[in-house]
Amino acid sequence: MDDLYREQILEHYKNPHHFGEITDADITQEGDNPLCGDVITLYLKLDDGRLGDVRFRGRGCAISQASASMLTDMIVGKPVQELKSFPTRELLDELGIPISPARMKCATLSVNTLRVALNGDSHEEED
Amino acid sequence: MIEAKTLNVEKVREDFPILARRIHGHPLVYLDSAATSQKPAAVIDVMDDYYRRYNANPHRGVYAISEEATAAYESARQRVATFINAASPREVIFTRNTTEAINLVRYSWGRANVRAGDRILLTEMEHHSNLVPWQLLAREVGATLEFLCIDDQGLLQLDDLARKLEGVRLLAITHQSNTLGTINPIKAIAEAAHRAGALVLIDGAQAVPHMPVDVRDLGVDFYAFSGHKMCGPTGVGVLWARRALLEAMPPFLGGGDMIKRVKLNEASWNDLPWKFEAGTPSVAEGIGLGAAVDYLGGLGMDAVRAHERTLVDYAMERLQDIPGITLYGPRDPELHGGAVSFTLPNIHPHDLATLVDREGIAVRAGHHCTQPLMDRLGVPATTRASFYIYNRADEVDQLVNGIQKAQKVFA
Repeated sequence: MDDLYREQILEHYKNPHHFGEITDADITQEGDNPLCGDVITLYLKLDDGRLGDVRFRGRGCAISQASASMLTDMIVGKPVQELKSFPTRELLDELGIPISPARMKCATLSVNTLRVALNGDSHEEED
Repeated sequence: MIEAKTLNVEKVREDFPILARRIHGHPLVYLDSAATSQKPAAVIDVMDDYYRRYNANPHRGVYAISEEATAAYESARQRVATFINAASPREVIFTRNTTEAINLVRYSWGRANVRAGDRILLTEMEHHSNLVPWQLLAREVGATLEFLCIDDQGLLQLDDLARKLEGVRLLAITHQSNTLGTINPIKAIAEAAHRAGALVLIDGAQAVPHMPVDVRDLGVDFYAFSGHKMCGPTGVGVLWARRALLEAMPPFLGGGDMIKRVKLNEASWNDLPWKFEAGTPSVAEGIGLGAAVDYLGGLGMDAVRAHERTLVDYAMERLQDIPGITLYGPRDPELHGGAVSFTLPNIHPHDLATLVDREGIAVRAGHHCTQPLMDRLGVPATTRASFYIYNRADEVDQLVNGIQKAQKVFA
């Protein structure tokens, strides 16, 4: 039963990385997933074309919150131009568990919110 | 004295082919009948038989198989009418589902009768299907919505019912909450509404499958329900309404079958119920619903209700022993239909549903199409286990075991 919720996911869920707010964030973006009632807010601080700092707040299922925590580790310090098309696949690989179609919106909430934050829309990339 | 029937659950289970399935290596434990029920072979077979032996468009075909299709479809309507004790099958309008039945009333009766400044009274526990249509009607005609509140056990607060009914044209209320399981005292509420001059519409989607429903005894004006939650197929539902109301109402959808005489610039309407059934109906589905009411009638709806009452009572007792659990809905099993909602600390309902699915247990997690109720309860979502005629007490035990395993994962 517990192979779906690997230790790493539960660890991120219980002790999320980059959890909190940035009061003088350059971009603040909310995202939600009506299916689970998951919500997250991303705070992005830009620094000379790079993502200088990132924080998030949120509540919801373990998949959505752990994936947000993992995403922040993957994107901090990266060039903003690159992050505008951050591949969803990379985050799903990092999660490392099979995500059923019903739970895909949970798993991708954070990366979709990042995309809206940086591009102003939610066009999901094709892959 | 006639002895009350009791449900033989093992025999019932043999009637449902899907219960032979294994899910992730475990027997299917289906605890989501409030979303849709499983189907007995008797229902599947009559639909299959229609398509194999007498598939034809009913009403007006003068050849044998069309006449057979007409007879089967109209016989189903007659049996549905008997099942809910309608005065006549003419009062039984086949729709697509409960949602369409409620929207029929919104478009037909609502637009003709609800005016600017009128009030529509609803409750905090309504399914979106008995809320959003009235929001749309209110916006369209300039009416306002009022709401009956619930208490912390999920019971309607009726102390101020008379005051809230002032100026109300329509009271639209669920018979049984799909999320809390609360069974509302419809007869008393309908009496109060009529004293105040309001009409009463009941969302019976969670009631007709689970308890005896007598629309005339309830004293309501409109009653809507779905076939697929009561052993029937998807794609067929029912609007029952008092005949005088239906006679006075303008048509809903226009097209074939609902007319008597059509000229280029005008038309006259068919008799009830066909006035409200434009286009080729869901024939197989109607016939399937007829088989479903035969099946439920054979079990006896008192026996169905008694069986679910026992299960809910047991589920509430077992679940309340789980550390940290919050149970929603009435504590009195007399007022609690076959759905139990709960939340656990530190485990989101969707994570729980995903984990118990690995054990073959199907429960629903989410807002259950009752977002305002979730706001009222102060949670984003709940897990809901809902029971029906084929569920056994040991399936409650399996759910409890599944929850305990999930708690270990999240400990």
